[in-house]
Amino acid sequence: MAQTQPVSSWATDFDVLDREYVSSPFEIWDELRQKCPIAQTDRRGRNWLPTRYEDVTAIAHDIGHFSSLEVAVIPFEGEEPDEPVLPYGLPPISSDPPLHTWTRRLLLPWFSHRRVAGYEELTRNLCRRLIAGFADAGRADAAAGYAQQIPVRVIAHILGVPEDLSDTFTEWVRDVLEFADDAERRIHGMESLVNYFVAEVGRRKEEPGDDLISELLQVEMDGKPLEESIVMGAAALVLIAGIDTTWSAIGSSLWHLATHPDDRRRLIEDTEVWPLAIEELLRAYSPVTMARIVTKDVEFAGCPMKSGDRVLMNFPAANRDPEVFENADTVVIDRMHNRHVAFGSGIHRCAGSNLARMELRVALEEWLSAIPDFRLAEDAEVTWAGGQVRGPRQLPVVFP
Amino acid sequence: MKIRVDQDKCQGHARCYGLAPELFDIDDYGTSSVVGDGTVPPELEERALLAIANCPEYAIEEVD
Repeated sequence: MAQTQPVSSWATDFDVLDREYVSSPFEIWDELRQKCPIAQTDRRGRNWLPTRYEDVTAIAHDIGHFSSLEVAVIPFEGEEPDEPVLPYGLPPISSDPPLHTWTRRLLLPWFSHRRVAGYEELTRNLCRRLIAGFADAGRADAAAGYAQQIPVRVIAHILGVPEDLSDTFTEWVRDVLEFADDAERRIHGMESLVNYFVAEVGRRKEEPGDDLISELLQVEMDGKPLEESIVMGAAALVLIAGIDTTWSAIGSSLWHLATHPDDRRRLIEDTEVWPLAIEELLRAYSPVTMARIVTKDVEFAGCPMKSGDRVLMNFPAANRDPEVFENADTVVIDRMHNRHVAFGSGIHRCAGSNLARMELRVALEEWLSAIPDFRLAEDAEVTWAGGQVRGPRQLPVVFP
Repeated sequence: MKIRVDQDKCQGHARCYGLAPELFDIDDYGTSSVVGDGTVPPELEERALLAIANCPEYAIEEVD
């Protein structure tokens, strides 16, 4: 990530790629919530950053004023092609109703809780295989060597694409999301993904399988097959949205457990606490921020938002709002009341939330069962990525 | 105790099912509904209250 100009005021000149913000945004949100709950900046266009639960969820529900046609937190600053391969972007995430409604219904059954239960064994075996690779070494990079390796392989399975391309997929997705402020990398990542799925769609037309891409190609709407750009966009979405996000949640949770031995012990000794604990880790370390585009001038909570402005849906900050969560900045591992919006709010609720939750749970179960006692390595640095998705990218830990 | 799910509000977070799978059913599109007529056996009342308090869309309510 490139270094950014120092921020003069978090209320009027915020920068979500600022290094201090990326590694620890929590105090900045606390201050904003009290003084200026919707911050503004003119960096990379005009952007707003709500920090209160009430505002974030109200905007998420007001799809008339706040469109999802652009959801990237960092606007694309390169040239748009005249005839894009994906004219609808990545439906349903980058669409409004009615396109959103029917494309979402095509994807949802692939991520229903019943279907997701069927991916659990695969996920568990994968976690065990990864752990076996470093368990004897006494140290590991819990982000790059573990968390990062899991979701991409499960998604590859769902899409019916080769698992051995995982590193390549990860590289492309990082180019698109993590290095979004580097136009060259972003274009490279997106073009590589699009070209890959153009070829895959061609191949599935010849030899259909029992995967998501093949099934979408067989769907008919009004007696006609789906436009191929919809199939490619949806497939690319599953890959982009299903990798970085969940690996960040797994990584942040392992960071928490490496630094909070009491919570680690509680999870090992008390299996009943798991359903609450998983939601609490999702709340406290929500990885994902999505954008909305203001469709028409509107005054929202006293802020004069103009058509074309970008609103950064700060679900992570909403989830630490003390108006809604007692001891909001503390992980209360058995928190009972937890209406968190880590997966968003309203019609764009993360379509893969059941899958993400299962992957997070299984990744932590397997880690703690093999490595119950671990801590951050003192001789190596933890690094964080931020912007669209926040999570550790390097998480060196040691264990006996 | 009796509960209901407002399916216009439900967005499929599946938090109710995660906390009280005995009381809710979820379809392939994520939409939740109560099992049976929504009557909650006394031993599950605490879980029902938990499900109500954790729904991010405020879609579950007690009806009597």
